[in-house]
Amino acid sequence: MLELNAVESGYGETQVLHGLTLEAQTGRVLAILGRNGAGKSTTLKTIMGLLPLKSGQIAFDGKPIAGRPFDIAKSGIAYVPETRDIFPSLTVRENLEIAAKRFGSNGADWTMERVVDLFPRLGERMDNGGTQLSGGEQQMLAIARALLMNPRLLILDEPTEGLAPIIVKLIHDKLQELKEAGLSMILVEQNFGFATSLADDVVVVGKGQIVWTGSSDDIRADDTVQHTWLGV
Amino acid sequence: MAHDLGFWTLQALNALQLSMLLFLLSIGLTVIFGLMHFVNLAHGSLYALGAYFAASLAAIGGYWMGFFLAPVAVAGVGILLYSGLIKRMRKSGPMAQVLVTFGLIFALLDLTRIFWGDLALAIEVPALLDGRTAILGIEYPTYRIFIIALGLFIFGALAFVLGRTQIGAMIRAGVDNDAMAACLGINVERLFFIVFCVGCALAGLAGVVAAPLLSVTPDMGLQILIPTLIVIVIGGLGSLKGAVTGSLIYGFVQTFGAVLAPQLASVLIYALLAAVLVIKPVGLFPAKG
Ligand SMILES: Nc1ncnc2c1ncn2[C@@H]1O[C@H](COP(=O)(O)OP(=O)(O)OP(=O)(O)O)[C@@H](O)[C@H]1O
Ligand SMILES: [Mg+2]
Repeated sequence: MLELNAVESGYGETQVLHGLTLEAQTGRVLAILGRNGAGKSTTLKTIMGLLPLKSGQIAFDGKPIAGRPFDIAKSGIAYVPETRDIFPSLTVRENLEIAAKRFGSNGADWTMERVVDLFPRLGERMDNGGTQLSGGEQQMLAIARALLMNPRLLILDEPTEGLAPIIVKLIHDKLQELKEAGLSMILVEQNFGFATSLADDVVVVGKGQIVWTGSSDDIRADDTVQHTWLGV
Repeated sequence: MAHDLGFWTLQALNALQLSMLLFLLSIGLTVIFGLMHFVNLAHGSLYALGAYFAASLAAIGGYWMGFFLAPVAVAGVGILLYSGLIKRMRKSGPMAQVLVTFGLIFALLDLTRIFWGDLALAIEVPALLDGRTAILGIEYPTYRIFIIALGLFIFGALAFVLGRTQIGAMIRAGVDNDAMAACLGINVERLFFIVFCVGCALAGLAGVVAAPLLSVTPDMGLQILIPTLIVIVIGGLGSLKGAVTGSLIYGFVQTFGAVLAPQLASVLIYALLAAVLVIKPVGLFPAKG
């Protein structure tokens, strides 16, 4: 569904990705693992067009994706960034509507009612400002907002970072539900257990390249790769 | 210093009228800056152009023709500036933007000289708004009441659009975080273009309504630039609330300063600016907290 081929990218002069190649398949969850600073977030930002592609190709459904984030979003990729990026000047409702009204036309799967069913906590906080929410609620809002774009591919960058165990469990269950409903996802995670229990496929990034590819079961059984590239 | 109540009412109305004029100018500049981090020092020149267009149009079809068409014409100039210059400068950093738009001030200044000459133009208050109206126990020029009402109306309209409509939510989202807004499928570039045009039209409108009060001269854009910048620095960048608060503070400090302490009037506003910068360097109500 999404293919990265020999992708090079980075921040200004600093190159971070050195020929990264990976593939995410339709209806499956791909986990991208790797140590701090390996280039996981950089990979996602490059997919979203937030960082310029210096060399290599990115294709979505076989077609090269255009450079601008808003075109990429419209082609069906939704992004939940590491920093969640809830708009502070918007209420919870507005944060959701901004996505819903643009992508929620005729018979779309995700509606305001459905995301509130998924995360009832958001329903109680509709008229709160975006930044009055707790970290967990912000994460729910970021996921709900992404779903309202009715994406074909959902990209999540460390959805559990800094959250209490009970919220991590909740996010896990909700993502599991989405997976079972057939949504394709790319999941960047530091939480090994969380990632491998959700993912079908796993890639490990080290120094801007893919250093390991396999299934969740494979990596759980492979102590060497866990030790060398993840420090688990 | 024994003045009656009417005197103070008069000063308050004068202050309000100045504030509303500054509000029309600063709102465009501050939202353009907030949304795209673009510094357009030539914003004041668009105000001068608005006044000149109004003067020329008034000569053809009367004040109201200028009132309705001059802001559109100024928005047209804005579109030319945008596509010819500003679009290319978007990524080039504040220093280059300041230099280029500062240069633009002088280019536009000379262009107005070439087209309209050096002499001040005058434009008549329209018959409908001529004379005085009784308000709060005094007789106040109807035209100035019209400016106050217009400013309040524009404020209300913008507050509605920014606060209650979807395009308003998109603009606020873009000011908060343009990259994330783009990731939600919002065409931030086009949004900026629309906001830029509206900002230019409002600067033009300020020029139109100011024209009958002042004489229309080539340097009027330069003269209004500093007050406008002070307004947005005091108010905080990017927000409607900041623009209106900054304008009111400037209008009242300037007007009452001139009455109460004429010797200090010109430094008073700078002292206030310095105080705001020391206590709250981001301004009173910046769009980003
Ligand atoms: N804005 C930036 N400017 C310059 N360099 C950056 C920037 N952001 C990240 N980097 C560098 O790029 C490299 C990869 O960062 P990236 O954020 O992709 O790592 P990551 O794998 O997501 O790590 P983490 O698990 O800590 O989130 C790091 O060396 C980092 O220092
Ligand atoms: Mg990261």
